[in-house]
Amino acid sequence: MIATQDAPRKVVSMTLTERLEILLPLVAAIVLTFVLFATTPLDGGLGFVFVAYVIFLAGVYTVARLKHGKIVGSDRVVTTLVTSASLLTVGPLLLILIFVASKGIAGLSAGFFTKTMEGLGPDAPASAGGALHAIVGTLMQVGVATIICVPFGVLTAVYLHEINGRLAGPIRVIVDAMSGIPSIVAGLFIYSVFVVGRGYSGLAAALALSILMLPTVARTSEEMLKLVDNGLRESSLALGAPQWRTVLQVVVPTARTGIVTAIILGIARIAGETAPLLMTTFGADRVVTGKFYNEPQSALPLFLFQQITNANASTVTRGWAAAFVLIVIVLTLFTIARIVGRPRKAR
Amino acid sequence: MNGVASELVSTEPTEDLDQPRELLRSHDRSDRIFRRVTTGAAASSLIVMGLIAVFLFIQARPALTKAGWSFFTRFEWTPDGEPAIYGIASSVYGTVVMSILALAIAVPVSISTALFINEFSPRRVRRGLITLIDLLAAVPSIIFGLWGRDYLMPKLNGLAGFLSRHFGFIPIFKVKVPIFGSSIFVASIVLALMITPIITSVSRAVMAETPRSHCEAALALGGSRSGMVRRVILPFSRSGLVGGAMLGLGRAMGETIAVALILSIDFRAPTGLLSPGGSSIAGMIANQFGEASTNGRSALIGAGLSLFILTLVVNLIARAIVNRSNRPKRPKRPGRMKAVTA
Repeated sequence: MIATQDAPRKVVSMTLTERLEILLPLVAAIVLTFVLFATTPLDGGLGFVFVAYVIFLAGVYTVARLKHGKIVGSDRVVTTLVTSASLLTVGPLLLILIFVASKGIAGLSAGFFTKTMEGLGPDAPASAGGALHAIVGTLMQVGVATIICVPFGVLTAVYLHEINGRLAGPIRVIVDAMSGIPSIVAGLFIYSVFVVGRGYSGLAAALALSILMLPTVARTSEEMLKLVDNGLRESSLALGAPQWRTVLQVVVPTARTGIVTAIILGIARIAGETAPLLMTTFGADRVVTGKFYNEPQSALPLFLFQQITNANASTVTRGWAAAFVLIVIVLTLFTIARIVGRPRKAR
Repeated sequence: MNGVASELVSTEPTEDLDQPRELLRSHDRSDRIFRRVTTGAAASSLIVMGLIAVFLFIQARPALTKAGWSFFTRFEWTPDGEPAIYGIASSVYGTVVMSILALAIAVPVSISTALFINEFSPRRVRRGLITLIDLLAAVPSIIFGLWGRDYLMPKLNGLAGFLSRHFGFIPIFKVKVPIFGSSIFVASIVLALMITPIITSVSRAVMAETPRSHCEAALALGGSRSGMVRRVILPFSRSGLVGGAMLGLGRAMGETIAVALILSIDFRAPTGLLSPGGSSIAGMIANQFGEASTNGRSALIGAGLSLFILTLVVNLIARAIVNRSNRPKRPKRPGRMKAVTA
């Protein structure tokens, strides 16, 4: 009894009759709407869904009301509403994935990964150019942003949880607020500080991205440090280790996978950022590596934006291919973070 | 010998043995350096936020001093004209209207989704649903924009036509010419979708703080689940839900590239929700920055500064509300599950 006191208990489970009381109104509603649309001047896909849904809700309520009374009737309606709201939230995600895949796969070829846009006009055929320069640019920018951001992010987490000094309160507030600042503001900031004097460069983009990445890394790492058993800290200190050795050799290694998850989530957050790139790296049509710090460079989201806003059939094809590659990259990062960060079974 | 014995006697009373011990740390030099380095790294976020305000202000000053308050009230944008006119009123209006519309759509859907996950869903569905919503949050903004422009917009044009035909007597649905799309209406719906994940996850965390015993008491008294939600969970978590909605508001106001792709940016006075046109502060910056001259960029950075201040204020208030409502209201019983704040 005591052990399960706080666990939520399963209160209601659906019986077959209850399932039927939902399913039958649904079928009836769809049939009725078909009849309505066939006999009256109503039309349109969205209209059909709307009318059918209203009839369905009314049906659910009537059945439950007649059979079980008022309370169950309104309960069923709320349950139906709440369930359909989650479908409304998740449905578009699937639509987006399907739409991007269906549009993007057509433009995808080996050339997309091996060619650049160097010397190509806007009306060159889709197969003539590729996004190699953009992919190289994104890898470099995201890589450098990660290198800049990770020490700051992890040390911020260490400060917030391990040291918990006087500034911990304000810093936590500011880091949270930072996660809400628009990405374009980070771009404008780096433009004002860095680009105005030195010109566009991949490095400027990396700096802007590292600002956007910091809150994710810092706050997620902090959550991961919280999971480290306090006994480990006490043992290390009891053995005479100073705090820095305790943190660097006991706490951080223990939270290692959690911190890796935090970093991957941070990378997933910035990999698709477009707005700050517009004013920091500007874009280029060839591979730029050596002059990372003082020459415009391309990036995958930027390439996508520039190709897709150019109303030319071949550039739009390349743009959709880039969109597909981008979403695959983000999905992959997300999945890796999930697998790495999965809570392990009891050791 | 005597001294040692008296020391032994004066040790702490044993009843405190099970209390968590406060770690006594004497900091030697290496630790002091460590603490200083860590504090410095952590303070960098404070410094960066301060620098953002300072540098944006420096760059924006020429345009802001020239335009004065008309910067926010004029519906005209000719940064390179003679005389140069910087008026971002259309963008301010668009930002406000779109965020409010997006919020009006997203809040009921998000809170319902959060309720479904917390209270109604079967255990098997729950984990998958949470993953999908996290994934929705990870989809890049530009993908939302493209999808909204090329998939959703043609579909919504029918709805827009319907609204203008049958509800045209309501001013916001009135259109002069029956051309739809690239409108504030479409952008708001895409924004609503984009801010749904954050509102859902904050609402979930806030509502999970409702004492389980209260919920079970409501059910034990014969209440239905919907009654329990209405009478126990929603009243308990109301202020936290407001905070979550405000976090969504902050996101909606700052959303850039999706809005820039969907709207056909227009600096004239607004014509209605369903017609092409409209603007937002962030969208206009993305749209104009590439072609702008030094004058125009100064004004755009000014717009960015106002957006920065606006979102910062909204976020700070929202976080304060969420954190206050997440604080336990009574002493916690040991072993209760703690909700992870988003």
